[in-house]
Amino acid sequence: MTDASVVSLRGLSKVFPRGGVTALQDIDLEIERGEFVSLIGPSGCGKSTLLRVVGDIVEPSAGEAIVNGKPARRARLDRDYGIVFQAPVLYDWRTVAKNISLPLEMLGWSRARRAERVQEMLDLVELTGFEGYHPWQLSGGMQQRVSIARALSFSPALLLMDEPFGALDEMTRERLNMELLRIWRETGSTVVFVTHSISEAVFLSTRAVVMSPRPGRITSVVPIDLAQPRTNATREQPRFFELVTQVRELLHMTGADEIVEPALAPEEGLE
Amino acid sequence: MAVRRLLQRVLVFFLVLGGLWAVWEGYKWLWERTGWTRPFRVNDYTLPHLHEILLQLGEPTSTGDDLWLYLLHAALFTARAAAVGFLFGALIGFGLGVALSQFDVLRRGFMPYVVASQTIPILALAPIVVRGLGSVSIRGEPPPDWLRVSVIAVYLTFFPVTVNTLRGLQSADPLALELMHSYAARGSTVLWKLRVPSALPFIFTALKVAATASVVGAIIGEAPASIQQGLGGAIINFNQYYVLEPTNLWATNLYAAALGIAFFLAVVLAEKLVVRRAPERLV
Repeated sequence: MTDASVVSLRGLSKVFPRGGVTALQDIDLEIERGEFVSLIGPSGCGKSTLLRVVGDIVEPSAGEAIVNGKPARRARLDRDYGIVFQAPVLYDWRTVAKNISLPLEMLGWSRARRAERVQEMLDLVELTGFEGYHPWQLSGGMQQRVSIARALSFSPALLLMDEPFGALDEMTRERLNMELLRIWRETGSTVVFVTHSISEAVFLSTRAVVMSPRPGRITSVVPIDLAQPRTNATREQPRFFELVTQVRELLHMTGADEIVEPALAPEEGLE
Repeated sequence: MAVRRLLQRVLVFFLVLGGLWAVWEGYKWLWERTGWTRPFRVNDYTLPHLHEILLQLGEPTSTGDDLWLYLLHAALFTARAAAVGFLFGALIGFGLGVALSQFDVLRRGFMPYVVASQTIPILALAPIVVRGLGSVSIRGEPPPDWLRVSVIAVYLTFFPVTVNTLRGLQSADPLALELMHSYAARGSTVLWKLRVPSALPFIFTALKVAATASVVGAIIGEAPASIQQGLGGAIINFNQYYVLEPTNLWATNLYAAALGIAFFLAVVLAEKLVVRRAPERLV
């Protein structure tokens, strides 16, 4: 583990007791500060489980997960990471502003400080003026932006994202990809991003971690050397297509022929 | 638009009311005319004219008051017992639901008794409880009649609230729970910031059932314990003189129904003020 490591996974395995399914096997991975790492693989490859192990939502059966130089559990108790799921998971009974300030309430921030931070976050995700709305009054893309604002509101060192744009249409998805990259640059946070989509993984990441199913393991790690900052033009560069092809071939080598673009089915369904 | 919708609703209300009136009078007219006796013989004693029931409200009773005023006093007496019973029943029901949701052992141990409590016929239990409480003394005096009666309303109110609170607290979105976990939220924080708000629609559904049940409970509580001042007393009283003046009992039923509806509407109003939900999820 280097000093710059935000996430350090050593010999990680996860066997779900029910059915004895091996969701993860011998996972080793280092993620450094400021990286944007995608976990990509077909359904059942354990990428969501891996994300949950990093976030101490799921306990590994073997090995250890170190986040910010401490066990994942300690990191969770220290509120070291923000999390965004595929569904926005907003509270219907709270306004946009109060949804964003939910973690801040738990951290004991004063009302004035919360209000100030909520405005900053609304600016960041370009939802200024929507603070008084309720979630159901917003489109799916806007809801997911609120969810991102909530995850970033307390400036966590690490942002965990579990197919955050999987349920959105292609246009919205590409726009939010751009927005996420801008936020990543502005906040300097480290992102671990689970996705089904090869092009999304290539476009966003500094590294793409390719996983295979049964048992879930890392088959290769592809450095994505596309120039920063990435723009819509990036998607048309020959190097972009080369990398997409490279990742696709790696996925096919793993026997993951059934890879599908944004699938809605919950990928693990083991818990 | 809003005005038009309101007018529509008022119109529909009166149309339905008129329809029910027509069914009542039509049924009476047809059965009397043909002399049919099934399922029962129809005459002014078994099925008085609706307008006669309404006119009866203007007639004096043995207390000296006109019937409408007499029944109004009775309804207010019953309403007080029902409201106090509903309030305490709802609080106890909610508290019990929360407690059962927090402790698995408690839930497994307690739930059978909670269910069993509702299988006891309330008609048999009510007089025992209401009479029994008459011999209790609070600061040297027996509790007032309405307070004794309200215990029955509590008994009928708490159960649906407990069951639905429990169900509602367990209905929180698993991902929302994971989110709370990621914030390292305390159990009490999860309860008040996530589980209770998620449970509110369930709780209000229960409160609507409980609102009408509390009125029924108060009436049943009065009736067999010889408490005269409420609607239950009026029902017993008018039932004995039914042959002489059947419209008295029918009029009492109208008041009881109106009271139940008022309680129900109060809960609906409270729900509108409290529950902020996507419109399509409002049932």
